[in-house]
Amino acid sequence: MRKGFTLFFFLFFTDKVIHNLLNLLHIIRNFEDSKHYSVMDKTGRSLISLEGLDRNDIIRLLDQAAQFEARPDRKTLDGKIVATLFFEPSTRTRLSFETAVNRLGGRVIGFSDAATTSSTKGETLKDTIMMVSNYADLIIMRHYLEGAAKYASEISPVPIINAGDGANQHPSQTMLDLYSMRKTQGRLDDLNICLVGDLKYGRTVHSMLTAMRFFNPTFHFISPDELRMPEEYKEYCRKNGIRFEEHSVLDHDTIAQADILYMTRVQKERFTDLMEYERVKDAFILKNSMLEGTKDNLRIMHPLPRVNEISQDVDSNPKAYFFQQAKNGLYVREALICNALNLL
Amino acid sequence: MENQKPALMVAALENGTVIDHIPSDKVFDVVSLLGLSHIDTPITIGANLTSHKMQSKGIIKISDRFLTEDECRKLSVIAPNIVMNTIRDYKVADKKTIQLPDEIRGTIRCQNPKCITNHEPMETVFDVIDKKNGVLRCRYCNKDVNKSDIKII
Repeated sequence: MRKGFTLFFFLFFTDKVIHNLLNLLHIIRNFEDSKHYSVMDKTGRSLISLEGLDRNDIIRLLDQAAQFEARPDRKTLDGKIVATLFFEPSTRTRLSFETAVNRLGGRVIGFSDAATTSSTKGETLKDTIMMVSNYADLIIMRHYLEGAAKYASEISPVPIINAGDGANQHPSQTMLDLYSMRKTQGRLDDLNICLVGDLKYGRTVHSMLTAMRFFNPTFHFISPDELRMPEEYKEYCRKNGIRFEEHSVLDHDTIAQADILYMTRVQKERFTDLMEYERVKDAFILKNSMLEGTKDNLRIMHPLPRVNEISQDVDSNPKAYFFQQAKNGLYVREALICNALNLL
Repeated sequence: MENQKPALMVAALENGTVIDHIPSDKVFDVVSLLGLSHIDTPITIGANLTSHKMQSKGIIKISDRFLTEDECRKLSVIAPNIVMNTIRDYKVADKKTIQLPDEIRGTIRCQNPKCITNHEPMETVFDVIDKKNGVLRCRYCNKDVNKSDIKII
């Protein structure tokens, strides 16, 4: 009789322990699922930077984007409202995100310029986010202050996608760059990438270094002396075993080895010495004649807007890829939106 | 005889706090942070003293004053690895090295004028990247704080 009781209690407690263990596993799995996003964020599904993503996460997101390219029009966001809050104007990014929502069957609310909002009356970002989160299922925001998106993700009851916070992060741009590289080269591993122009302040080139650390790249940093890659990023490359060479001229020999030529704008306002700007401004302009003898698979990319750093005569060269690159942003953003809303 | 000189220069405390191993260039930052210029109890401040561990050090003895957790946290930011002795009845009741924690909340201001923390009514958060060299990174804008420019809130 006593043995029977003992056995009953043993089984009862064993069952409890197993139940609790299963619960714990479930919690761990949910945490693993949300770790790609900021751990601190309130919803667990915001996308603030690519810092926490590993190789598999990046490949998974790119595969999802490829599925959206195959079939961009869906009704995945049917009944959902997405807010696009652009505290500083950014036509390309906003149109790309809003097109992505529309193609997925969702609706868009928001503003494209903070001058028309209560923030000019002194409303805090927190209040704006709390108000908008009453109406929308997801907030896509661009802000001129660094860290604004991270802060928003900590207070918002709905997920936040960072569409650029000052000079800090712009994860969807980096993802579309990676998508474009993989699409044109058939792989992300072992690429030879030339980064040209403003490497000191260029947010996109810095994010690219971080995201490419899983794919064994070789970088060539080509820039005027005033706009060289900052030491902290070179140190990051050394620590992560990323090969790089620095160049102060855009010469043919360097371009000839490249798989990707990533151009950025050399902006006059970045120079403390305007004489120096006048001296170097023409040295970082890509002309069609410079592309002779380059590899067949070479593609020229640019985050846009372009001013004069890529001559108009390059546009008709089949190696020019910057407009298709911007188009790829649509598919990548469809994938990011669906991930944030847990709809994949 | 030479070795006894520093001991003679500084009187023993009955009750209070002895802050030792302060880097010489940080002694007056500690004085300012603890508001020692405004208190009435006896204080002894020593700077540029010879030290076996750190060549040159500072020491501060404060009578009848005990440091709060918040003050210790702030001290750890401007002068990591200082030693704090709590004295009660002429005896060392507690001795601890004040080290930087893994994260620092609401204690220092971000130096980046474009950081969100300088524009919203919110708490700053810094991750301690390198405890030995005192490298701090703003969790919001990701900018490192220049050690010599740290501003306590």
